[in-house]
Amino acid sequence: MGTIVVSNLGKAYKQYPSRWSRLLEWMTPNNGKRHKLKWVLLDISFTVDAGEAIGIIGINGAGKSTLLKLITGTTQATTGSVHMTGRVAAILELGMGFHPDFTGRQNAFMSGQLLGITSQEIARLMPDIEAFAEIGDYIDQPVRVYSSGMQIRLAFSVATAIRPDILIVDEALSVGDVYFQHKSFERIREFRKLGTTLLIVSHDKQAIQSICDRAILLNAGYLAMEGEPEAVMDYYNGLLADHQSQIITQQTIQSSGRIQTVSGTGEATVSSVKLLNEKSQPIQVVDVGEPVRLQVLVQVNKDIPRLVLGYGLKDRLGQTIYGTNTDLRQQALNDVLAKQVYRYEIHFSANLGPGTYSVVIALSSTSTHIENNYEWRDLAFTFSVVNLSKPTFVGSAWLEPSITIEQV
Amino acid sequence: MSMIGAIWAYRDFIRGSVQREFQIKNRNSLLGAAWNIINPLAMILVYTVIFAQVMHAKLQGVDSTFAYSIYLCAGVLTWGLFAEMVGRSLTMFLDNANLLKKISFPRIILPIIVVANAALNFAIVFGLFLAFLVASGNFPGWVVLAVLPVLALQMAFAMGLGMVLGVLNVFFRDIGQFFGIFLQFWFWLTPIVYPASILPQAIQPFLVINPMASVMTAYQSILVNHQWPNWFNMYPTALLAVGLCLLGLRLFKKNASEMVDEL
Repeated sequence: MGTIVVSNLGKAYKQYPSRWSRLLEWMTPNNGKRHKLKWVLLDISFTVDAGEAIGIIGINGAGKSTLLKLITGTTQATTGSVHMTGRVAAILELGMGFHPDFTGRQNAFMSGQLLGITSQEIARLMPDIEAFAEIGDYIDQPVRVYSSGMQIRLAFSVATAIRPDILIVDEALSVGDVYFQHKSFERIREFRKLGTTLLIVSHDKQAIQSICDRAILLNAGYLAMEGEPEAVMDYYNGLLADHQSQIITQQTIQSSGRIQTVSGTGEATVSSVKLLNEKSQPIQVVDVGEPVRLQVLVQVNKDIPRLVLGYGLKDRLGQTIYGTNTDLRQQALNDVLAKQVYRYEIHFSANLGPGTYSVVIALSSTSTHIENNYEWRDLAFTFSVVNLSKPTFVGSAWLEPSITIEQV
Repeated sequence: MSMIGAIWAYRDFIRGSVQREFQIKNRNSLLGAAWNIINPLAMILVYTVIFAQVMHAKLQGVDSTFAYSIYLCAGVLTWGLFAEMVGRSLTMFLDNANLLKKISFPRIILPIIVVANAALNFAIVFGLFLAFLVASGNFPGWVVLAVLPVLALQMAFAMGLGMVLGVLNVFFRDIGQFFGIFLQFWFWLTPIVYPASILPQAIQPFLVINPMASVMTAYQSILVNHQWPNWFNMYPTALLAVGLCLLGLRLFKKNASEMVDEL
């Protein structure tokens, strides 16, 4: 139960030069086709095993929502097929087809019935649905007076009232407020533990990285990449800056088996990255709170008007712990000439929790790498933090407390 | 067969939809469900009291105060069912675009909901009409049962026609506009308000090509004259009904997937 097999899936919309040509095509079926096919999704194949969580990412218009619609069956595929086992619950866009004039309660019944739940069953689940949605008296108001956040609260509560074998979630959840996002992700995590297969579309990097086992990147209707969420996310970042002629390379780093992504136009490149301790010795293992400096050598290959170096520290899951750049620090370099080499030394104390961390380095002309992406280098350096000198603690940050206790 | 299975599996949704639609008509009203009775009651009152008592309209050959009123109701009420079924089928896919695009369910239940809704509305108004017949001493007796097969035929015809037009209307919205006008002409070209006998002799043979004429005549003969209808006259309509239902299903099956792309 709970497997999804997508094979050679493709979707094309018929485009007619005018309304009349469609009529002509219908009237004279032997007279050939008058429409052009506009392909929005081509040759998508992947398999999701029971209990797996897959994230689908891609820029707007890449075909994510179309793919979900094909999988849930609201839209029919032009080529290929989808096979699923088990009960499916899907939350596509806003409100799962709520009727604006019906009350929230009536819509909950309607949606439940459409999910194949009997009326008695929904009546039994209704208190839970109301409690989870937390929309109070609005449950008996027509849905047209709901805010979009309230609609998604109700939709999510109904769709997940019974644990499905497969849960499909479109970006919908990002509509809710932070409180409900946490609540709904908590429920999704709980379902995951119990064996629900998850397929989720999101732009939320953290959501994908923290929940998903694998990620699928769609680009212009093609499956551009499939793999570990972090590697796919990094590739996606490279893709975001794709309007320039740049090369994206990925290579597996031998030691850790992780995938490094380097992208950019190459006007400036990182030639070396080192982490040094106070005695200027290169190190890979750092004590909690130890003062260190990150040394980056940048080689300039072409004259460029402005050079900004950005860096970030990421934890094991690829979530950024800290990041900034020389633009934000007002230390951007102007009118940089070719063949020059710059040494950046970033001093900081490693106030981090024990674990492994990676450094991402970006070279660009502004504070985002979208504008001019000279180089974007993931996993430019990795290091471990160990706790040698501090009392035991948990978490990814070292926030030294002082605790006072008084009896009152 | 899979279609029937799907309809059965979604019976709760069908029942719920009919119920909700019934409730929604009267939301924000003080009298609520009472309007479902008041409206048809007013209509029947207009046709009976005004035509029979105020205008003293008489029907040729029938000597009864209410003959013309009953004649009128027999046609207008059943035509109302026909018009509602076809009219709603025409826009059923457009009206439910939101649902069709977001939820996966057997699309065939949409026409079922349309039929069930129209039948429910008709049952109320026709029930009131039958009560009036009993009260005014014009009840036809056992012959009234003949209304059922005629209704079944008319509903099959309306369903087939509605399905064909409903699918076409998704791709060519002109169909909806055009049919609104066409229905007006159709109503007045069918002997509903007037008896067929007042038409000039030269035109009368052409009534055969109007599939609704034989159906309307059947109701009138049952309810006004208390006679069994002429079943034979209705066979072209029956053939047409079967043909339209098959065509409708075929069109629907062939275009169900493309339809969602057009909404």
